[in-house]
Amino acid sequence: MAETVLEIRDLRKSFGALKATDGVSLDLVRGEIHALIGPNGAGKSTLIHQIAGSLTPDSGTIRFLGRDVAGLDMAARARLGLARSFQTSSLAREFSALRNVMLAVQARQGSSLRFLRPVMQDASLTEPAMAMLARVGLAERAHVPAAELSHGECRQLEIAIALALGPRAFLLDEPMAGMGPEGSRRLTAFLDALRQEAPILLVEHDMDAVFALADRISVLVYGRVIATGKVDEIRNDPEVRRAYLGESA
Amino acid sequence: MRRAVTREAATNTTLALLLLAAPLAASAMGEPFYVTLATRIAVLALAAVGLNIALGLGGLVSFGHAAFFGLGGYAAGILATHAFNAEPLFLGIAGTTSMPAIWLVAMVVCGLVALPIGAVSLRTSGVYFIMITLAFAQMIYYFAISWPAYGGEDGLSIYLRNSFPWVNTAAPLPFFLVCYGLLLLGLLVFRALRDSRFGAALQAARQNEVRLAAVGIAPFDIRLTAFVISAMMTGVAGALFADLNHFVSPSMLSWHMSGELIVLIILGGKGRLFGPVAGAMLYVLLEHVLGGITERWQFFLGLILLGVVLFARGGLIGLVAGRQSHG
Repeated sequence: MAETVLEIRDLRKSFGALKATDGVSLDLVRGEIHALIGPNGAGKSTLIHQIAGSLTPDSGTIRFLGRDVAGLDMAARARLGLARSFQTSSLAREFSALRNVMLAVQARQGSSLRFLRPVMQDASLTEPAMAMLARVGLAERAHVPAAELSHGECRQLEIAIALALGPRAFLLDEPMAGMGPEGSRRLTAFLDALRQEAPILLVEHDMDAVFALADRISVLVYGRVIATGKVDEIRNDPEVRRAYLGESA
Repeated sequence: MRRAVTREAATNTTLALLLLAAPLAASAMGEPFYVTLATRIAVLALAAVGLNIALGLGGLVSFGHAAFFGLGGYAAGILATHAFNAEPLFLGIAGTTSMPAIWLVAMVVCGLVALPIGAVSLRTSGVYFIMITLAFAQMIYYFAISWPAYGGEDGLSIYLRNSFPWVNTAAPLPFFLVCYGLLLLGLLVFRALRDSRFGAALQAARQNEVRLAAVGIAPFDIRLTAFVISAMMTGVAGALFADLNHFVSPSMLSWHMSGELIVLIILGGKGRLFGPVAGAMLYVLLEHVLGGITERWQFFLGLILLGVVLFARGGLIGLVAGRQSHG
């Protein structure tokens, strides 16, 4: 049995009468891409928010690397090695692409309470950041402010920032959203190799990408996981077909 | 991008030289009043450079920085009074008339006061942050008014300007040079902070705090540190302001003062190194020139502020040097 990196047990979160997360249990094991799919409003993002620490669950446990992360805020969970990308790009928009990645490199190196050395002259920040940008194919755009990057480039930058954290697990919330077919294809190839560095919990609507990438798929409907299994099991699960995939799948 | 950086550097150098040359010339021509005016610019600019750390870099609109400006002023006034009357302060500690010692006390006091104020205020953001910093400052203001030991509402006079080693601070020009030197030092500190790892995190907290937290840096810690450093610098400026006027009163603690510091920054360009300097120059000159023509000079200040906010968000520095570049 592979090592479990992220373990979610009976997680619950309600907004008034709406049960956004209704007893979700989920594992992420080393070396895998675990895709989380489900119709709009199924509670995928709500789940990601609770794992990342930007929402507090009503009950249930989240264990990361064997440790209960309840009581840890988003920053503390990120320091443990939980890297996330956002459904809509979340960047320091005035900073260049490079400086956005440098921020992650800086965070990984430890305390940000350093007041003297200029960051732009600090090769221990600029060089790893540049390397990450090169990995996602953004090296030429390093000095462009994030606000001026195209949508697809912002998505790439989010991945570069997550990479720079040297994480133990990735939470990627719709990384393909709004990307063209060519961009999606490239990102699919990229993520395919990335699972060797750290397992990925992948929320994605692009079914081609999900079926191409996922080792396992969990289907979330109305806040509940109705099925978890390998790609073929999910494709052929009658309940999943009825609830989500429709006739075309 | 390079060119914009150079243009900002040229603008900054020009402003720095102008602020130095004007009082030198005025002094040579026997016009000490203009030296005092330049000193006022330098001191207000230093206070605003301090606020610019929180407001400009961190996006923390503190409407309570008068508290630190005034506390710095009272540090100068109280220490000088005790030294003058040869009464120990408390526990047998003597007062002092040495400016460096006073600045140190002002910084320590402001840092210690800013820590709890920041720790509470930074739990909130936006309008609530503005209001809660205002509330804290007003508490200190009313405390100063109702505490008779140091003049209460009437304030406290500093009969002899405090001393600085090898400098005759009683004369306008040497005192200006002390203030100017401290302003330059404050600007160096601001620049170092802005370009450092701390500054990167602080500016990221302003732009997108979720992003900062997502890479593992807690925005609260960064902001609190910035708030405290910011208060300390404004406090030193307050001590100089008291020495400049030979007087400290609760008005230094009032919300008008907080507003004035914010106005200086907005006029000059928030977050810009020389924004507070440009803002203070414009403000003091308007006050002097228009104030000589009409008592209602602040009406025109309001018009200018309106123009800046509507048409030149980057303030004077933004107009002259273009947009901020972040490398």
